[in-house]
Amino acid sequence: MKLTRRATILAAMGTAFVAVLPMRATAAADAAIADFTGGAAPGANGITLTAPEIAENGNTVPIEVSAPGATEIRVYAAGNPTPDVATFLFGPLAAAQMASTRIRLAGTQHVVAVAKMADGSFAEVRQEVKVTIGGCGG
Amino acid sequence: MAENVTPRVRVPSEASAGEAITIKTLISHLMESGQRKDSDGNVIPRAIINRFVVDFNGENVIDVALAPAISTNPFFEFQAFVPESGTFNFTWYDDDGSVYEESKEITVA
Repeated sequence: MKLTRRATILAAMGTAFVAVLPMRATAAADAAIADFTGGAAPGANGITLTAPEIAENGNTVPIEVSAPGATEIRVYAAGNPTPDVATFLFGPLAAAQMASTRIRLAGTQHVVAVAKMADGSFAEVRQEVKVTIGGCGG
Repeated sequence: MAENVTPRVRVPSEASAGEAITIKTLISHLMESGQRKDSDGNVIPRAIINRFVVDFNGENVIDVALAPAISTNPFFEFQAFVPESGTFNFTWYDDDGSVYEESKEITVA
């Protein structure tokens, strides 16, 4: 393929567009997570997030979070109009620091779970969920 | 009060002391997100359940803060310790100030 000036500019624009789009969507979620952790970088171990790889209907996506030893787990949807999904606070009678629920996702995006451990450290896990039909109405 | 709000809770009726039991709850509620528009293009105001608390004999099991991203008819599954016979109290708090309550007895053999 001969590389013309026009083709180069178009390709560059396409790349920039693809790169910027997910970054803007996750900025709000990253800000919310930083707000929760107080700026501390969360670790990667000790928390699991179970979510489907492909969700046909974004209106009801089953998820499960589990973080043994956590006092609090927060779930964020990075691509939703508002990133907050749920905050789970575990009391003294919680047998396991796990919970499952059903959430709404506006489109294909990352679901993020952040746990605050009893020793004050944080753990984070994120998983991409592909959504066929968005769940936020129009 | 939102219409037709019915809480449903599944708790085993018996358990052995210190056993971890699984509890499932479902409450029928529209969970209007505040993002949708009606046919005239007006935003439908947000109306969700924003908090869900479970206590056993006055001690806390789980306390959940809900955002509009929780699906219609909020469902939760979690695990609890039962140190003795007693009552689980489930409470849901609505945006409009309503409080929905349900309780379940459990016997420790």
